[in-house]
Amino acid sequence: MRFCPASDQSMLIYLGDEISLATHQRVLKLLNLLQKEPPVWLRNVQPAYCSLMLTFDACRADHAEVEAVLHQFEARAESLRPRKPRKVEIPVCYDGEFAPDLEHVARTHSLKPKDVIRLHTSRSYHAYFLGFAAGFAYLGDLADEIATPRLDVPRKKVPAGSVAIAGKQTAVYPFSTPGGWRLIGRTPLTLFRADRKPMELISIGDQVHFYSISPKEYSELASQ
Amino acid sequence: MSPLVVKSPGLLTTVQDLGRPGYGSIGVSPAGAADPVALRLTNLLVGNEPGAAALEMTLVGGTYALPDGAVIAIGGANMGASLDGQSIDLWTPYSAPRGSELVLGPTKNYARAYLAIAGGFQVPLFLGSASTHLLSGTGGHEGRALRKGDVLQLGAPQQKIKRHRISQSVLVSLKPRKILRVADGPQAEQFSSEACEAFTRQTFRVTEESDRLGLRLEAPPIPSPSPGRMITEPVSLGAIQITPSGQAIILGVDQQTTGGYPKIANVIGVDLHRVGQLRPRVEIRFERTSLAVARALWIEQERLLNNPSQLFV
Repeated sequence: MRFCPASDQSMLIYLGDEISLATHQRVLKLLNLLQKEPPVWLRNVQPAYCSLMLTFDACRADHAEVEAVLHQFEARAESLRPRKPRKVEIPVCYDGEFAPDLEHVARTHSLKPKDVIRLHTSRSYHAYFLGFAAGFAYLGDLADEIATPRLDVPRKKVPAGSVAIAGKQTAVYPFSTPGGWRLIGRTPLTLFRADRKPMELISIGDQVHFYSISPKEYSELASQ
Repeated sequence: MSPLVVKSPGLLTTVQDLGRPGYGSIGVSPAGAADPVALRLTNLLVGNEPGAAALEMTLVGGTYALPDGAVIAIGGANMGASLDGQSIDLWTPYSAPRGSELVLGPTKNYARAYLAIAGGFQVPLFLGSASTHLLSGTGGHEGRALRKGDVLQLGAPQQKIKRHRISQSVLVSLKPRKILRVADGPQAEQFSSEACEAFTRQTFRVTEESDRLGLRLEAPPIPSPSPGRMITEPVSLGAIQITPSGQAIILGVDQQTTGGYPKIANVIGVDLHRVGQLRPRVEIRFERTSLAVARALWIEQERLLNNPSQLFV
């Protein structure tokens, strides 16, 4: 565990130097403990692949105190049993207007669109963290055969529910936002709802699997 | 209380409060007023809680029809505000007994002005906050910037308004500045000594591509230590990222919560509200300080902001 002040009111905690499930398990355990027993000075926790950032109330704590408390938390978190990952199944229509970049991705890798779909649906992905917008989960790792760099110029508007890839990651856009990832399909499910518990369809640490549906099934699910 | 009607929204006007910290694990940016100090002070002037929802106006203010009996105050940038044609002062409460037209023009100094109204603006809260987050289209009034014809509901005023103003010495101590104080960022040590030296010596120009997400700065490039090789990690408000091409970006209140660019420094807490007042084409510089100094300044500023007897005259 390595500490590094990010600002006068935040501390970065590194739990490893490379993206791996083992490192990410440590991030998850520490996050769970912090959420269960938040110190009075804690204002926000932001997890990522190998690190967490804690924002704190600088009138109530300083970096030395945050570090001391986190050492205790980490020691306790080590012995926690990892939370059993939830399995999330996401129906995706990889058809026509829902998949504006599917052809390009296929061509880039000398594949047919159906091969891209097969590769995208043939494994389950780990949700490393949520960022960018409420409910946007960074899922990995994508098969090397379809890993594709993001667009040079991001789209001004990506429709909500768009299923996208960028590098070795995949994700679903919860809201209509600007976005630079390649769009290969769309899900009729709602990724984020403030009146649902949990609000996010995909939580950090979940195992996510995509499966292909027809445009007809898409409209049926969308109208439910 | 009758509602407020937007007759013209200015350049970019949104409903803001102090934001929604605490939802980092589900990917939510805290958002909130770009100049939270101005928001807090203007709210106090009209008898609201400091974090009540107010309007944040950017560069050009707009025109608003106030309901009968409204009590308002404007703080932050000077946009030459007038009430029924009579010019009014910043940081001062005014009442409009029979309704009035409030007009604000282009800014004469800083980036953002705040309009607080007794009772506050009432919008459905998103994760406990009224703050508009434009990127995700959440919070505020329908998740977007205000448009002509929008009707905004107001809450009931909390208390009788005392005719007071903010003390001049307080305004001077909280004034925007063009030399921002910074402490080292997480990757500061990875930058070459030439890069670090250039960072505090150079003048940076705020570009037109600056918004609530961040300020993009223009200056001779700062060499990045690890172009494209960093693992994405959480990023803090006020972080100064250096892109692979050497451009500096200061992260603003609507920031993305994670990023993969190295950070050379971070604006200290007491200067974050000043970042919110920098407008395009302004030239700024950075001055290094320590975390200990930054913390002492923060505690002092919070003490001041929470002490009405020192704030008002």
